[in-house]
Amino acid sequence: MSTEDQIEDINALEQKFQARIDAEQKIEPKDWMPDAYRKNLIRQISQHAHSEVIGMQPEGNWITRAPSLRRKAVLLAKVQDEAGHGLYLYSATETLGISRAELIAALQDGSAKYASIFNYPTQTWGDVGAIGWLVDGAAICNQVSLQRTSYGPYARGMIRICKEESFHQRQGYQIMIELAHGTPEQKQMAQDSLNRFYWPSLMMFGPHDSESAHSARSMQWKIKRETNDDLRQKFIDQTVPQIEYLGLEHPDKDLKWNEERGHYDSGEIDWEEFQNVINGNGHCNRQRIQHHVKAHEEGAWVRDAQNAYDQKRRARKASTAA
Amino acid sequence: MSLEHLELFEVFVRSARGLDHKHAGSLHAADHEQALEYARDCYTRRSEGVSIWVVKSRDICASQEDDSDSFFDPSDDKPYRHATYFPLPKEVGNM
Amino acid sequence: MSTSQSSDHDSKQDLINYVLRLGDDALILGHRLSEWVSRGPFLEEDIALGNVALDYIGRSRMCYNYAAELSGEGKTEDDFAYLRDERQFQNFLINELPRGDFAYTIARQLFVDVFNKHYLSALLQSKDQTLAAIAAKGIKETQYHLRRSREWTLRLGDGTDESHQRMQTAIDELWGYTHEIFEHDDIEQRLIDAGIAVDAAAFQKQWLADVSAILAEATLTVPDAEWAVRGGREGYHTEHLSLLLTEMQFVYRAYPNAKW
Repeated sequence: MSTEDQIEDINALEQKFQARIDAEQKIEPKDWMPDAYRKNLIRQISQHAHSEVIGMQPEGNWITRAPSLRRKAVLLAKVQDEAGHGLYLYSATETLGISRAELIAALQDGSAKYASIFNYPTQTWGDVGAIGWLVDGAAICNQVSLQRTSYGPYARGMIRICKEESFHQRQGYQIMIELAHGTPEQKQMAQDSLNRFYWPSLMMFGPHDSESAHSARSMQWKIKRETNDDLRQKFIDQTVPQIEYLGLEHPDKDLKWNEERGHYDSGEIDWEEFQNVINGNGHCNRQRIQHHVKAHEEGAWVRDAQNAYDQKRRARKASTAA
Repeated sequence: MSLEHLELFEVFVRSARGLDHKHAGSLHAADHEQALEYARDCYTRRSEGVSIWVVKSRDICASQEDDSDSFFDPSDDKPYRHATYFPLPKEVGNM
Repeated sequence: MSTSQSSDHDSKQDLINYVLRLGDDALILGHRLSEWVSRGPFLEEDIALGNVALDYIGRSRMCYNYAAELSGEGKTEDDFAYLRDERQFQNFLINELPRGDFAYTIARQLFVDVFNKHYLSALLQSKDQTLAAIAAKGIKETQYHLRRSREWTLRLGDGTDESHQRMQTAIDELWGYTHEIFEHDDIEQRLIDAGIAVDAAAFQKQWLADVSAILAEATLTVPDAEWAVRGGREGYHTEHLSLLLTEMQFVYRAYPNAKW
């Protein structure tokens, strides 16, 4: 086959692929897909998986200090769910022909990213409430829209995750209600956590659409179903009455209802801080990765033992069979 | 790293008696027994299941979806396999 | 009349004490297990350890709620968990020891799981219906826990040289804490006589036989060391417990009268 024929061939495949996407059909693991689609998916899903796994740390930090047994059990179950979600997403990534070991290696050497929000420290119990409410809330906005993503295993993972996550945001908001309606010290704790986590939560949706490197193509392939700015707007709008109910001050002093748009106009996000934290100047960037590496390395002998035992057992089985 | 040697398993969960086992996802484990236990911990934390199957991913033989034209289309022209192909007179009711 | 009243009171106090002890065992071990979250050897095991921790924390809540109900002074489960000092906690020492490496955690779980298998089966026969109900739930959990700890003991004991060594070290270090779990004081003796509490001494031989069989299959050795540390039921603890409580109780105590 000539090179021209091959190009022709790929063009035809690409057309068929795009037609399938345009028809709202899912792409499944064994379908032909453009390399860039595969790479884009691996990047996005694994980043999502890493975020779930690294996200266990800031909240896990408070399991041993949770101020009631009920909160302790709920938080433990919640953080454990994050591990589960990481697992679902690693599974989805693995259907694209990459192993979890490779994905973890990429996380640990810094070539793969995770949500920068987890580079912020959890300093008080209020932060556990704020993360559940705002960070999970922002994540859910994004995930709800991703239930319709074009890649089948990712979409199915999202459906499962969304089902489970609804309790995460509620438990966070409930913590905030108790604090905001509690003693003056507790209310202060809630306000402080809201102030520190509100803006970083808005940043979770990523850069403005005009600045986003991956946006246009991801939309065309229906990997992403709504733009960063649209999702962010949804989150801003839904959060306003929630803050009001708590009786807390809104951290955005420029926030104003825009009758014409039917949305809130908000103040400008400090993108310099966003870049700053992503680039390694957050309080916990190094700590999060070191924690992960340490657990992984301390687990190496366990995984080795498991393999050795399995081999011995198989050998024994084979010898009794023979 | 040694995670590579852990086997990949596919997990199927029966959510209630009388229903089919449905694919839930996958996980890594050393052997079938451990895969079953982890499936219980990872995929049925909210009592989603009454029964679990685990299968080594590499033991699954799958049809090629790109090949689906030749594989599945031939049954497209056999509408007589479906009940709706045979209209019944109203008078006889359901059959 | 007054004698019987005071003995009623005493037996109720005995029962509260006993229930708190069971609650303390469950809470402290559950707390230790919860420290594994985000630190497991791989993701699946992380999730599994979390489930075991949740079972124990759940059990402690059942016990503390029952103690609160019995004491009838408007107390809550959290009062018992967060407002008692180290000397008032009466858990067995084995539960409070730091989580150690994965082998240490598995060895401790194995000892405790085999113990609980027998203990909860006996508690199921308790004349106290609430305790019997707690046991009924706990037995199901324990069957699963024991399956895990048994299989992990085999894997680690009969895995690599390193895992074998780590497992043997853990067993040797924990062995001296397994004696007091079969002993009881006068409080428990009275409850045993009343058909409420469990006499663990009755199944000590069976425990040893079960554990020995698993260790043998895992190519591990049952220690013959003489040392034994005791004191948990009297609030005579290792130095580890006060640090655990400091962490666990800090927020609750720093904001008195706050609700969470």
